[in-house]
Amino acid sequence: MHLPKPRGAFSEQVVATLASGDPTGVGRAPEPETAEDAALALWSLYELSYRGFEEVDDRLEWAPELVAVRRALEEDLEARLRSRWSGTPSYEGDFAAAFFAEVEGHDGPSLARFVQRDATADQVMELLQARSVYHLKESDPVAFSVPRLPVAPRAALMELQYDEYGGGRPDRLHAHLFAGGLAALGLDPHEGAYVDQAPLSVLEQNNAMSLFGLNRRLRGASVGHLAAFEATSSGPCRRMSQGLARLGLAEEMRAYYDEHVEADAVHEQLAVRLICAPLVAAEPETEGDVWFGGFTCLDLEDRVARHYLERWGVSA
Amino acid sequence: MSETATPDVVICPGGPLLLRGEHLVQDEDGVDHETTRPVSAVCRCGRSATKPWCDGTHKVIPEKLRP
Ligand code: FES
Ligand SMILES: [Fe+2]
Ligand SMILES: [Fe+2]
Repeated sequence: MHLPKPRGAFSEQVVATLASGDPTGVGRAPEPETAEDAALALWSLYELSYRGFEEVDDRLEWAPELVAVRRALEEDLEARLRSRWSGTPSYEGDFAAAFFAEVEGHDGPSLARFVQRDATADQVMELLQARSVYHLKESDPVAFSVPRLPVAPRAALMELQYDEYGGGRPDRLHAHLFAGGLAALGLDPHEGAYVDQAPLSVLEQNNAMSLFGLNRRLRGASVGHLAAFEATSSGPCRRMSQGLARLGLAEEMRAYYDEHVEADAVHEQLAVRLICAPLVAAEPETEGDVWFGGFTCLDLEDRVARHYLERWGVSA
Repeated sequence: MSETATPDVVICPGGPLLLRGEHLVQDEDGVDHETTRPVSAVCRCGRSATKPWCDGTHKVIPEKLRP
């Protein structure tokens, strides 16, 4: 992967520092100009913990100067995400039932519905490019949470992840299925290929997952995000597949979505009942963050949906 | 149930039945289906489009009518 195009003087200095190999250069960075400037810089720093950039020295992942910048950006992002959340809902009885009910009760704009019925091929291509920022590293952020969970949810998350990563078969690994779909559509299947087009909402969506995954303190938010993601996937993936079929777009991309109709009907149950519920039972102090992570997942997807629907002149 | 008990079959209220491990599942027409993932979700509501597997359709059924 190659470094992205900066979006302001701040991300310009962060990206230049990464390219130079000398982490002290980041000290010359001005304050971020815009939220997008900050988000792109944070995204670039986070990528050092996944598969990195070809032109960046891998050692920079833990350079204290860059970690300090990352921490400041993270604090800012976390504060913003928390300010959007209205707190743990009150419920009686079972956590799993309450969580499913909360997710089902959430009513946001749906890109999948638009793709199913009305989107043009160009719009679908544009959406898939935005989705690629996450889907090409699908499941990677929450993988960081595995060793941070108590016994029962740790085993369950591993079981879910085993399926996401193809059950030992690279050709079934979900991120790789998506890459195959992109290639079949004539799009670039390489990580980071479409980051320069990603709007703020897409960068935030990705950064939130890395924030939750890379900070053990936020393990509750990490698996709560996962649970809400999985619990809002089967239906929308079916609509995406139907939209792709309506437009006669590549079978390989449909296969990615078809796989998720079925896989995520399993994953949502695992995530809510066998990961989040036992985590909350074993470590009650994480419950608030589980709900916070779930809310953040739904809220950020709403923002992405609103961005594209507005851009395409569709009322949500 | 202890914290680390590992049932192989889990009934999800209002939703599918989770089945851990490799199994051959016979659908209502007598056709056999092999499981393909570590855990599979077998539809209990009868409305899935990918039977015998759950596809999340149970969520669009009014709550009182869910399994
Ligand atoms: S139980 Fe989920 S679709 Fe029937
Ligand atoms: Fe997946
Ligand atoms: Fe999944």
